[in-house]
Amino acid sequence: MDYMLLRHRDINNINQIDTFLKEDGFEGFKKALKMETVDVTNEVKAAGLRGRGGAGFPAGVKWSFMDNNNWPHYVVANADESEPGTFKDREIMESNPFQFLEGIAIASYAVGANAAYVYLRGEFWEVAHFLDEKIEEMEKAGFLGENIQGSEYSLKIYTHLGAGAYICGEETALLESMEGKRGQPRVRPPFPPSEGLYNKPTVVNNVETLSSVPYIIKNGAEGYRKFGTEKSPGTKIFSLSGNVNNPGNYELPLGTTFRELIFTHGGGIPDGKSIKAIMPAGASSSLIVANDEALDTAMDYESVPNVGGDLGSASVIVVDDSVSLDWLITKTMDFFHHESCGKCTPCREGSYWMKKLTERIHSGEGTEKDVELLKDVAYQIQGKTLCALGEFSTMAVVTSIERFPEDFKI
Amino acid sequence: MTKDITLTIDGKEVSVPAGTLIPDAAKKIGIDIPVFCYHPKMEPVGMCRQCLVEIGRPAFDRTTGEAVLEEDGSPKINWGWKLETSCTNPVSEGMVVNTKSEKAVKGQNEMLEFQLLSHPLDCPVCDKGGECLLQDLTLAHGGTESRFNFDEKRHAEKKVALSDLIWLDRERCIQCGRCVRFQSEIVGEAVLGFEARGSHTQIMTTSEPGFDSAFSGNTTDICPVGALTTAQFRFGARPWEMEATASVCTECPVGCNTVLNTRRDVKTGGKVVVKRVMPRQNESVNETWICDKGRFTDFSADSRLTAPSIGWTDAIASAAQNLSAADEPIFVVDGSLPNEDLFNIKSLADEVGAKAYCYSEVGGGELTTKSGTYGKSGAGDAILVIGSDLYVDAPIFWLRAKQAVDRGATLIVATEEETRLDNFASTVVRDFAQGLEAAKEAFSKAENTVILYKGDDALAQSCADLNPTSLVGVWNDANTQGAWEMGYEAISDLDVLKGKTVYVAGKSALVASALEVAKFVVAQTAEDVQIAVSITEASGSKCVTLPSRNISESLGTFTSAERRVQLFHPAVPAEGDTLPGFVITAQVAEKMGVTLDIEAEDIFANFFDLSYADLSKTNPEEKLLIGGNCYENTQGVGVQL
Ligand SMILES: Cc1cc2nc3c(=O)[nH]c(=O)nc-3n(C[C@H](O)[C@H](O)[C@H](O)COP(=O)(O)O)c2cc1C
Ligand code: SF4
Ligand code: SF4
Ligand code: SF4
Ligand code: FES
Repeated sequence: MDYMLLRHRDINNINQIDTFLKEDGFEGFKKALKMETVDVTNEVKAAGLRGRGGAGFPAGVKWSFMDNNNWPHYVVANADESEPGTFKDREIMESNPFQFLEGIAIASYAVGANAAYVYLRGEFWEVAHFLDEKIEEMEKAGFLGENIQGSEYSLKIYTHLGAGAYICGEETALLESMEGKRGQPRVRPPFPPSEGLYNKPTVVNNVETLSSVPYIIKNGAEGYRKFGTEKSPGTKIFSLSGNVNNPGNYELPLGTTFRELIFTHGGGIPDGKSIKAIMPAGASSSLIVANDEALDTAMDYESVPNVGGDLGSASVIVVDDSVSLDWLITKTMDFFHHESCGKCTPCREGSYWMKKLTERIHSGEGTEKDVELLKDVAYQIQGKTLCALGEFSTMAVVTSIERFPEDFKI
Repeated sequence: MTKDITLTIDGKEVSVPAGTLIPDAAKKIGIDIPVFCYHPKMEPVGMCRQCLVEIGRPAFDRTTGEAVLEEDGSPKINWGWKLETSCTNPVSEGMVVNTKSEKAVKGQNEMLEFQLLSHPLDCPVCDKGGECLLQDLTLAHGGTESRFNFDEKRHAEKKVALSDLIWLDRERCIQCGRCVRFQSEIVGEAVLGFEARGSHTQIMTTSEPGFDSAFSGNTTDICPVGALTTAQFRFGARPWEMEATASVCTECPVGCNTVLNTRRDVKTGGKVVVKRVMPRQNESVNETWICDKGRFTDFSADSRLTAPSIGWTDAIASAAQNLSAADEPIFVVDGSLPNEDLFNIKSLADEVGAKAYCYSEVGGGELTTKSGTYGKSGAGDAILVIGSDLYVDAPIFWLRAKQAVDRGATLIVATEEETRLDNFASTVVRDFAQGLEAAKEAFSKAENTVILYKGDDALAQSCADLNPTSLVGVWNDANTQGAWEMGYEAISDLDVLKGKTVYVAGKSALVASALEVAKFVVAQTAEDVQIAVSITEASGSKCVTLPSRNISESLGTFTSAERRVQLFHPAVPAEGDTLPGFVITAQVAEKMGVTLDIEAEDIFANFFDLSYADLSKTNPEEKLLIGGNCYENTQGVGVQL
């Protein structure tokens, strides 16, 4: 298959603007500039492109929610990529940056934004410098700035670095951080398309989501829908890691099975061990029991819940049978306790409590009551936090205890 | 007009204006939803999650837009699977809220358990104990046994001086952010913030010096726990031991409504003393706030004279004799006296045909009779602040100017020096003439216009010439406005007293100045007069001192700079043999053959077309806006003249 997102794997030097232009670069943007803005949005809607940041919300629908009675509008690319096990956006930005920037430009045109921002996690400062260069090259080539390609449309793209907090990947915390405030989530509603950056209508999309847009505009919704499934069209980059022979990014049509990803592309489990569990969405995942039914499940937004998980950002972490999950959840809880922003009580206090409990259980000092209590605390958090991070922190804990009880026998 | 929304909370119907949040709607029908972070004067943030309730909304058919009905014809209600934070949800038509269902109460109790994980629960030594939201909830719903390992409780610093006035106990803090938001949203001085994150989150001050704000004490009222306390009240008394008496702040002419909390105190030898000053709600004056100057008013006057050195009989006789003997006695007061004292003194002066002056550095008293409230100023209104640094002179006026700007008012600041109000003004000039010019321009486009000035007669006249809707003098004293209403003449220096026999009433500083020039002084004051007496001896002039009661000991009224007449009540027993000022004057008058009233209320009625009962009317609706330990106003919001 030709790559739609990881095109640099097919084409050398596509991160150079000359090469990019030769390879039909900016064709989607040029085409869009000749379309009515609402038609651009409708095309993305028709393509059924779903957000790649985790929630899978249809991108075109989100764009159509922009409040047209409140201006200016902004587009923000979410390049915070902090989910443990997720490393796809970085590859796109480093190796195929113009396609990503083109996606931002099309989205901005569609919603009438004249300023767009790329919010990158602080550790991505090199990527930010690199993007700054690419943005400058685009400006020189007449694809950014005033009156782009002789049209009425003007756009500037800016990069903005965070300071290293997982929570700043949550879109409203991201916006707070961009405004120079503490990176903590806002109460939603209002959602960013009604009140976003500086209380102005804002589209926040993941890097991969935006990078999919040029293809859609260039080839039309129908062209895009040739890949993937009816409800989850297109290709997706699966970041594969954990106990697997060939970890890395794999761009595959949505609907590919876990088995194909892990065994065909990923080369299976090393050292003759067998697969025990799958975390399909990084540290925020439920642990799926890796039986045949699960392995043969299509990786798309609809199917993964059937085996007790969510596709999320599709950062597939493979867990083999040498791993005891009581250890694994000490790791996830360490992470979530460290990353809880502290704004709301159940997550701030609950993550601390769960961390203490998982450590106690793993150290062998825990009792059966502690395991029950841990599960109870997790349930007690669920459905009550201000943002999804608190919810995420409970997923691995609850599903490990429920689905792998033998790992918690005292 | 916004139209009312009708919803059902715990089976009771209630109608409230659109935009009302669920906890406020519930309060209206006497249902208390537990909250920590929510405060009715600030934007909801949904942080503490304590206010979880079940919310059902009527179902609508997507295609027809019609309400879906149950078989029995009642509207079908959709319930989400999650509990929702009531504080972040505005009411909507037909909404059904359950705040006490099993599920809701379970959710609330679960949040409480989280909140208490690392909370010290040191209520027995906590200043907030007895008026603490967390303590109340813990008592009502807290578990009897902790499921959390005691050894794993997080500990934090218990004594952090944020400033000379405010202490922070980081262990008690529940990270509700009320204090942070009060400073940034309400005051506009973001000097508090959170540092670190997650379970390490704690409050810090970002200013140098720490907690640099004239409103800092309010955070100790709205802090839902005992994390913020005042240095002055810290470990001073338990809330339930104290009496609460309605009073009015005497520190500036705003007239903030207060409560004096009093208790017998061992440190003062068993005397009943004022332990702390608390805000009393009055939405037209101070809302639920007071400034630090008012909160930390010092009511102790240790070296105060508590009886005339020669006894009351002789003192009164001497005063009357000297005044009668003088061919041109003069009466001088300042704005620290209540209306009742002012009235009796003015009456006596009038009876004996003497001049009655009010000492004031600020002129224009005869012009401010059209001043009115500007507490609700906003979009379309224009405000000129000229000659006064309101932040120092009248802090709550400052706050209201700032809030008027938040609501869209135009603000012009004309002061010689930079002031903290400059940040909020649309025009700042360092010259009065320019300020008046700018105001003229702005006023021509504005609906309501307000001038707050501090300066001489000429400045007052220039301000009056702009014909503002209200002209407010920023007087040095709390009741200077009352003296103008009474017809006193203003003087800003005491030369006229030279060689005269003078009846001086007011602060000890006024007495001292009078002693320097007058031949004989009848001094009526509630303050420490030691300095005055030593001056007397030094200057060789003669003086008789008539020690009067102070505000905390008396019944009376003040008229604020905005012409609101407000009542205060005696909170502590009078010191020694002191007498109310108006009684002293009446006794002197009697000896001079003039009869004056000796009951505060009768005196009041002699001058005002009002009674104390009128001043004591309340506005119970306002209570819905309280969120913190501010006292509800049950004793009267006063009357705007
Ligand atoms: C705790 C948390 C962390 C998140 N981190 C990221 C992230 O690193 N990158 C990202 O694109 N979306 C992240 N999201 C999702 C965003 O909130 C948002 O849904 C997304 O950026 C929308 O873009 P999309 O519709 O294109 O997926 C996170 C959400 C949560 C709750
Ligand atoms: S759930 Fe956690 S990360 Fe989200 S707002 Fe609450 S404390 Fe912050
Ligand atoms: S803050 Fe409230 S609950 Fe905590 S110790 Fe003080 S009185 Fe008790
Ligand atoms: S100090 Fe008090 S008001 Fe401030 S965050 Fe802590 S508990 Fe809330
Ligand atoms: S009171 Fe509603 S979340 Fe705190």
